[in-house]
Amino acid sequence: MSDRLLVSTRKGLFTVMRNGGNWDITGVDFLGDNVTLTLTDPRDGKSYAALDHGHFGVKMHRSTANGWEEIPAPAYPPKPEGYEEKDMWGRELKWSTAKIWALATGGAGEPGTIWCGTLPGGLFRSDDHGQSWEMIRTLWDHPLRKKWAGGGADLPGIHSICVDPRNSKHVSVGVSTGGVWHTEDGGNNWALRGEGMRAEYMPPEQAHDPISQDVHCLAQCRSAPQRMWVQHHNGIFVSSDEGKNFTEIKGVEPSVFGFPVAVHPREPDTAWFVPEIKDEKRIPREGKLAVTRTRDGGKSFEILSKGLPQTHAYDVVYRHALALDEPGDRLAIGSTTGGLWVSEDQGDSWTCVTHTLPPVYAVRFA
Amino acid sequence: MAKVVFTPNVQRHVGCPAAEAAGATVREVLEKVFADNPQARGYVLDDQSALRRHMTIFVDGQMIRDRARLADPVKDSSTIHVFQALSGG
Repeated sequence: MSDRLLVSTRKGLFTVMRNGGNWDITGVDFLGDNVTLTLTDPRDGKSYAALDHGHFGVKMHRSTANGWEEIPAPAYPPKPEGYEEKDMWGRELKWSTAKIWALATGGAGEPGTIWCGTLPGGLFRSDDHGQSWEMIRTLWDHPLRKKWAGGGADLPGIHSICVDPRNSKHVSVGVSTGGVWHTEDGGNNWALRGEGMRAEYMPPEQAHDPISQDVHCLAQCRSAPQRMWVQHHNGIFVSSDEGKNFTEIKGVEPSVFGFPVAVHPREPDTAWFVPEIKDEKRIPREGKLAVTRTRDGGKSFEILSKGLPQTHAYDVVYRHALALDEPGDRLAIGSTTGGLWVSEDQGDSWTCVTHTLPPVYAVRFA
Repeated sequence: MAKVVFTPNVQRHVGCPAAEAAGATVREVLEKVFADNPQARGYVLDDQSALRRHMTIFVDGQMIRDRARLADPVKDSSTIHVFQALSGG
């Protein structure tokens, strides 16, 4: 069981601890600053925090015995002289880290290895606890990468990184928009996966093109890595072959739209989602905040709302703001309107920690 | 030598005391300053060494024009102000 949460918000990083059955805010770091994501490495206990200072750019910090220290943020290589690249709007695509959108640890046999996904689409790897970063040029230079497009943001980005627990050279990443990409050799070669996903925002002849898929979040089961779940812009999809092929799960109430997905570490058929009215409104249906859970691989879903606000709740839970602890029993969600809820029974019931945080971008057990 | 003054708002993130450096362009002066304060560089310039989108630089009260190459000329008596733009929130 994890008793500690790191909550990344628009105005600081909040530490929430379980004390005698209650969850309380016990500390805040970077107060006033935009903290977009954290990662805590279970191999050595180090935490990483991504900040976006707006004017001053994207920064990375690493925990120390006495607080935090700034370490280099992933940086794009120099753009070749005379090279021009436009984004989907016809504007110059800047080779510069616009956002840190994914952080993941390497495999058990790779101490110090951290993966980092960014906007506008660069994937980075560090083998020294974030002290230096190398861009994975094989993915950035892949000809199909130029077909990635902005989804919720103007720029495309990598928001999900899944390192296969059986073989850390097998890495899958989710792109919005750009589908699911997979390497089996630690990043030297990449293949576009994701057959079976469907994009209803594309012309019919392109609806099933894997490159067009707006994957909102990709999750891999730790004990059964062949099982992957996708919360997609217009649906929920499940794979039983490491993302090669997906099956659409239709008719999920109250909605198949949402941002996050979490899968139980030992039960590949158990996954959680946070539904919203799709996609032009992006609010809970009827103002009732809920989490949905399947325990049978998507055949059926339960709507879990005990303890969540059921009147005039307009909380949106972003893709990194649904957290599941290591044993798979405790969940937490944080919302755009500053709510934070914890469940200690796999979502059956929820307790409000606070509803007065700044907008929450990410929640992680740490 | 040109004088370089940084916005006070950056100081809580990284110390950027006023500095003096010689150079014929904004780029030449700033690179000398950043050579002594490398952490400050990424707060002002992006990954391609262009001025960050929501930063501004004034040379003797005039906003620079070349935000990519920072080729605007600098005199020995110039004062360079590195400020935040009002855009960017």
